[in-house]
Amino acid sequence: MLAWTLYLSFAGAVGMFLLPRENLRAPRVLALGMAVAGLLAAVGGALQHPIGGGIVVIAKQTWIPSLGADYFLAADGISLTLVLLTGVVATAGVLFSWNIELRPREFFAFYLVLIGGVYGVFLSFDLLLLLVFYEIAIVPKYFLIAIWGSTHREYAAMKLALYSFVGSALVIAGFVAAYVVSGAQTFNLLELAKFEYPREFQLWAFPVVFVGFGILAGLWPFHSWAPTGHVAAPTAASMLLAGVVMKLGAYGCLRVAMTLFPEGLAAWRGVIGILAVIGIVYGALVALVQRDFKFVVGFSSVSHMGFVLLGLATVTTIGLSGAVLQMFSHGILAGLLFGVVGRMIYDREHTRDLDQLEARHLGRALPFAAVTFVLAGLASMGLPGFSGFVAELSVLIGAWQRFPRLAVIAGAGIVVGVAYTLRAIQKAFFSGAEMPSPDPFQAGHGESAISVPEKVGAGLLIACTVVVGLYPRLLLDWIVPSFNSPLFDGLRRGAGL
Amino acid sequence: MDYPGLIKLLAPECVVVLTALAVLFADVKFWRGLPNGRRFGRGVTLSTVGLMAAALFAEFGENSADVLMGTLVLTPVSQFLKLVLLLLTLATVWLCGDTDFTDHVGEFLALLLLAATGMMLLISTENLLMIFVSLELVSLSLYVITAFNKRSSRSAEAALKYFLFGGMAAGFTLFGFSLLYGLCGSIHLPDIALALNTKGSDPLARAAVVMVLAGFGFKIAAVPFHFWAPDAYEGAPAPAAAFIASGSKVASFFILTTLLQSGMPGAAGSGAWKAFVPGWMPIVAILATASMVFGNLAALAQSGLRRLLACSAIAHAGYALLAVLADPPDAKPALLYYVTTYAMTLVGMFGLVSVVERGHGDDSIGRLAGLSQRSPLLAACLSVFSLSLAGVPPLSGFFGKFYVFVALVKSGPSYSSHFWLALVAIAMSCVSLYYYLQVLKQVWVGEPLGDTRPAKVSAALTFVVAGLALGVVLLGCAPELLLAHFR
Repeated sequence: MLAWTLYLSFAGAVGMFLLPRENLRAPRVLALGMAVAGLLAAVGGALQHPIGGGIVVIAKQTWIPSLGADYFLAADGISLTLVLLTGVVATAGVLFSWNIELRPREFFAFYLVLIGGVYGVFLSFDLLLLLVFYEIAIVPKYFLIAIWGSTHREYAAMKLALYSFVGSALVIAGFVAAYVVSGAQTFNLLELAKFEYPREFQLWAFPVVFVGFGILAGLWPFHSWAPTGHVAAPTAASMLLAGVVMKLGAYGCLRVAMTLFPEGLAAWRGVIGILAVIGIVYGALVALVQRDFKFVVGFSSVSHMGFVLLGLATVTTIGLSGAVLQMFSHGILAGLLFGVVGRMIYDREHTRDLDQLEARHLGRALPFAAVTFVLAGLASMGLPGFSGFVAELSVLIGAWQRFPRLAVIAGAGIVVGVAYTLRAIQKAFFSGAEMPSPDPFQAGHGESAISVPEKVGAGLLIACTVVVGLYPRLLLDWIVPSFNSPLFDGLRRGAGL
Repeated sequence: MDYPGLIKLLAPECVVVLTALAVLFADVKFWRGLPNGRRFGRGVTLSTVGLMAAALFAEFGENSADVLMGTLVLTPVSQFLKLVLLLLTLATVWLCGDTDFTDHVGEFLALLLLAATGMMLLISTENLLMIFVSLELVSLSLYVITAFNKRSSRSAEAALKYFLFGGMAAGFTLFGFSLLYGLCGSIHLPDIALALNTKGSDPLARAAVVMVLAGFGFKIAAVPFHFWAPDAYEGAPAPAAAFIASGSKVASFFILTTLLQSGMPGAAGSGAWKAFVPGWMPIVAILATASMVFGNLAALAQSGLRRLLACSAIAHAGYALLAVLADPPDAKPALLYYVTTYAMTLVGMFGLVSVVERGHGDDSIGRLAGLSQRSPLLAACLSVFSLSLAGVPPLSGFFGKFYVFVALVKSGPSYSSHFWLALVAIAMSCVSLYYYLQVLKQVWVGEPLGDTRPAKVSAALTFVVAGLALGVVLLGCAPELLLAHFR
């Protein structure tokens, strides 16, 4: 069932080119169909998955016998959470790009290839296969940004592509070495995780692979592709980038780097914790002073991903579960925030400059956008009742057990988070300027109300964050037992999980 | 060995030679009066029939023999590689379908086919003399077809450069071979290997190794023997350039590996990090590193597609050389997979280059602007080729590199012996993504300049290019289809 998520996405991408060139409507309908079908497949697969955890094999076939690589798809609770996230964000992303009129077939084809690659990564339990899907996700990002993007799009697209490629180059180097050193003639993650690599090997292999994946997760100081990329990307691509692509990186860190090299993790854990906390505070502080609305959200992503990495560095069940939950939560919220800023506001106002937006009374002009953004902002501040609260709290509890000082600093980062969110909300929607200014652009107001697809997309994302916020066990019942699987034996042995 | 038996073993080569003669004769005798396009059409048809017949002989004929002290050695691998070479030749011949660079149709096709014959002989021998003779057959044919565009002074310049460098390189190779013969008393590779086991560190053996590598370094365009490549790629008619970049590479790499791994294991030395031991390994390691670094960096500065492909060819020669350093069981599969898929990519690329040139008169990358809106199919093929060259999965370029890295790191006393080479290669492929993306940026992001009508392309060329692109994707997704034949 779960495998259909990726087959449908790739099939949809190929199908785009069978559609007539003149029809602007058909591509988005097909894309929506495939995204929804993917989401349904994800939900269906999740319902079949046993609550108690364990790894469910979806497909296992010999792929390249010469190397011992298999076509091996499987899922545990962690994969499941992220596949669900991808389904939700992908669906919302199509809804938020309902107004794409420039070369829509190509847009949605690249979009669906990206989604398919992401699903593939979350479901691969064979390292070579994982790598293939991981890189499949890189190229479409470049084109989505370079063709349909805005501010400095070609620069941002190239930067993002090169950062991603350098990251995967590090990963490849680590994989090749890990494969050869194990001598096992297999890329099966479950087999390799049983092998105890020599300590001195782990000491360099762990940081190489972790940083390789971490680049995509926005690990400070390798995060700088993220804000420029998010800002330049078209709305749907920003939603995917922040929503799921950054999760690919964090997922790779957890799934591969940490499980293969637990002793390396034990040695480098402190460093990662520090980098993560720097990311949290730095991202929040930079977000506080941005004028471009999208940069605020872009840097907030760096900050929120810092919590994921901090959670990973704790290597406690609660910290790791929090990290996975934070991946889900931030994926939903980043999607929502970028949807509001990129689609609801920028497509109508043609500016993202907070100082200019101040004069436009968006709170009155676009009340739906204002309400949505406030909800998303409250959720990402970590207010109880939304998913962000549970996730960040779990991470902080985990961090408190391992690195009390870092936990305090990270807590301070949350406070800065409140500040930048409130500042953005205030400036963009509820500025104090009383009189309607004689700005000629004012005439543009009200010419297009928030459309139905936008409302549906926003509603879907808000529903997810609220449901998970009110009843986090929905996901935690899958996530927590996953850490009991044999895959994480190494972490228990080598890093004291 | 009697003649009928020999002809049976050499059936594919014989058929190709006969086809070459038939094309030459028919063109001189019957087609002279026709317009160029139709002469090419008929020549291509006739060559196609001949190549297909040869391919059938290669596929279903004898696939195991060792005649006259290794003069002719057939193995399942060499027979399959012949099939590959024949298909590459076929694709190259089809690229000629709608060109008009020359009036000498018969001569051009005949020389192309003779070069193909040379390549097929080159991969089925373990005898120094035979290696040299086939190498010369390939080289001389290629020099001439490089010069075939008489209307372009570039073509003549390219051919002259190619010829002068090539002549020099052939001299080096021959000198190296003569030293080997003097030292070992044999021109049969297994005998040489035996002799070198005891004399591997003899200064004469080392001199021979250097000479041979200098000669082959030229054939595969490895730094510092690469100077001819950008000019030859730029000046030669597109099908000639495609053949230089594809078939010639495949055959040269195959015989180089055979020569080094089965002929001179005694003089291997070691290219391990901080533990160089004199022999061919450290030299190959240095050639590879220099080629990867120089090729990729030089490609960054190119504005013409052909020169870009030439620089990337230098870089790719570096990657492929890494496979030569791997241990024997993995070296040949990794190398042959790599060069075969690379050759397919390059033939397709040159097909696209010829489309661009016919449309615009030059090959600068800017001419690709908006191709995706004019001809989506060609744009998709170009993207497949470029991304495969950059090493992006699931295309075969990725898997080729990955397998080479794995084979390389596996070889040597510990994983760290050759790991440094893999690191250089991986770092350099990040650089390469930049310039391939620059090409693709024009294709997908740029707006068409002036002419927005679909590019005019013949059906044959579209078929070849699309077929090759499909092959690159398919072999990338299912590498075992090819690998199974190379073990």
